[in-house]
Amino acid sequence: MEPALIFDLVLLLILIGLAWLLLASTDLFRAVVLFIAFGLLLALAWVRLGAPDVALAEAAIGAGITGALLLVGLGRLGSTERCRFSRAPLTFLQRLSAPVLVGVMIPSISLILLLEVHQLAGTTPGRQGLINAFLDVSGSGHGVTAVLLNFRAWDTLLEKGVLLLALITIWSLDQARPLFHQEDISPQLMGLARLLLPLVIVVAGFVLWQGDQAPGGAFQSGALLSAGILLAILVGYSLPQRWQGLSLRLLLAIGFGVFLLIAAATLLYSGYPLQYPEHLAGSLILLIELVATASIAALLAAAVVGGHPPDDLSTPAAKAPSTSGRR
Amino acid sequence: MLLSDLITTLLLICSLPFFLAGTLGLLRFPDLYCRLHALTKADNLGLGLVVLALMIQADSWQVVIRLLLTWLLVLVAGATVAHLIARKAQQDGHQPWRR
Amino acid sequence: MNTVSLYAGSGIILFSLGLHALLIRRHLLRKILAANIMGSGVFMVFIAMGARGESGVADPVPQAMVLTGIVVSLCFTAVAIVLAVRINKLTGCTTLAVDEESSID
Repeated sequence: MEPALIFDLVLLLILIGLAWLLLASTDLFRAVVLFIAFGLLLALAWVRLGAPDVALAEAAIGAGITGALLLVGLGRLGSTERCRFSRAPLTFLQRLSAPVLVGVMIPSISLILLLEVHQLAGTTPGRQGLINAFLDVSGSGHGVTAVLLNFRAWDTLLEKGVLLLALITIWSLDQARPLFHQEDISPQLMGLARLLLPLVIVVAGFVLWQGDQAPGGAFQSGALLSAGILLAILVGYSLPQRWQGLSLRLLLAIGFGVFLLIAAATLLYSGYPLQYPEHLAGSLILLIELVATASIAALLAAAVVGGHPPDDLSTPAAKAPSTSGRR
Repeated sequence: MLLSDLITTLLLICSLPFFLAGTLGLLRFPDLYCRLHALTKADNLGLGLVVLALMIQADSWQVVIRLLLTWLLVLVAGATVAHLIARKAQQDGHQPWRR
Repeated sequence: MNTVSLYAGSGIILFSLGLHALLIRRHLLRKILAANIMGSGVFMVFIAMGARGESGVADPVPQAMVLTGIVVSLCFTAVAIVLAVRINKLTGCTTLAVDEESSID
């Protein structure tokens, strides 16, 4: 057995063990922390499978932002299981259904899937060759970026729509509440934020720019920026009241809006939506990525905050020093 | 085997005891403050040795600088997070362990 | 046994673990965690299938789809948490179960 395969085996065993531990854990805080560890190790698995783009996104979004979301949610829900079932007498069939479902159905579904996947696992060329053949005209030098923003740009357009729709749902369900009690912010955290925030902006720009040639792009860059925004919120910055209205909504929607406009323009120009003219492809992709990064950063941070900004201007929603901007 | 490969291997082997000590401390030390102490000090030094080993293998000076920056960032972030955890524990009234 | 089938098989095991927990766990946040694990399992099968070529670089198409998928699963998590908080606010429960008074028999 070669060493690389042993590494894979150990990594996968740890991943499965972590998943089991976090799903079976009685303490929900522990479960969320284990989930973050799971996400980071999953990023390692993506690197092993030759997918560094996915690894970057998993570490930033899957582990980082989702972890923050879950911790905020846990704080609001509490970890006790209130309202257990009052056990009404069950019929024999009802009593039987749970063990059948759990003990028979799930193993058989897994077995069928395992057999199918094993059959599929032989070597095939994939789309690599096809994509490389058309990379020159795609307007991007990196395969994943070309697929995301040219060959399958529809997916990405709709995905931006889903992100916006999710935030609209969140805003219609709840009003934003302070993420934490802001009596005392550690001076050391403040120092770290002052050091990191400029660095986050530089690195996000680098990741976005690099997406043209190498792993990176709008998602990863947006996730980094939103982590920066969350750090800024944690040390007490908040969006000034006068920017919480139309300007915030414009920022949230501009990524999807510009993408949609370009889709409409290309439909008129070439007859197909998102079929860019060849000489403009690079610039259009860059434009879409720039506005998408800004929107993704704002959307992800707003999703973690959870809830629309307070309508009533008299409520002291932002007790924090709101003299400076978002960051 | 090249000289650079030999140095890399040596550095990586040197880093192992630090990680082992840090992990042992995390598992076996009696209270939160002791565990933080073991984790932050030993693991950061171990990581430094790993970064040094990787720097020797790097192709260009840009990669070397990126690796160095990564290590510095981990040091700063790790120190701050350890401080925040200890601070929260102290506010919640965890008493330091005494024999 | 090669790398691809190892990862794809583990993806299916993760999916089944998540499905199991989704069905039997009661706390809403635990169900959300379970659905996330299921998603990670599906992504793993996808990426493993994309890594079948000899080149050692994964096929960009599944990579792009999983990138989209990670963001969509984040959207799902965010909306699910807000819904759970809403359920908690309206009923005082952190589970989907109903309490004794309004029991649906």
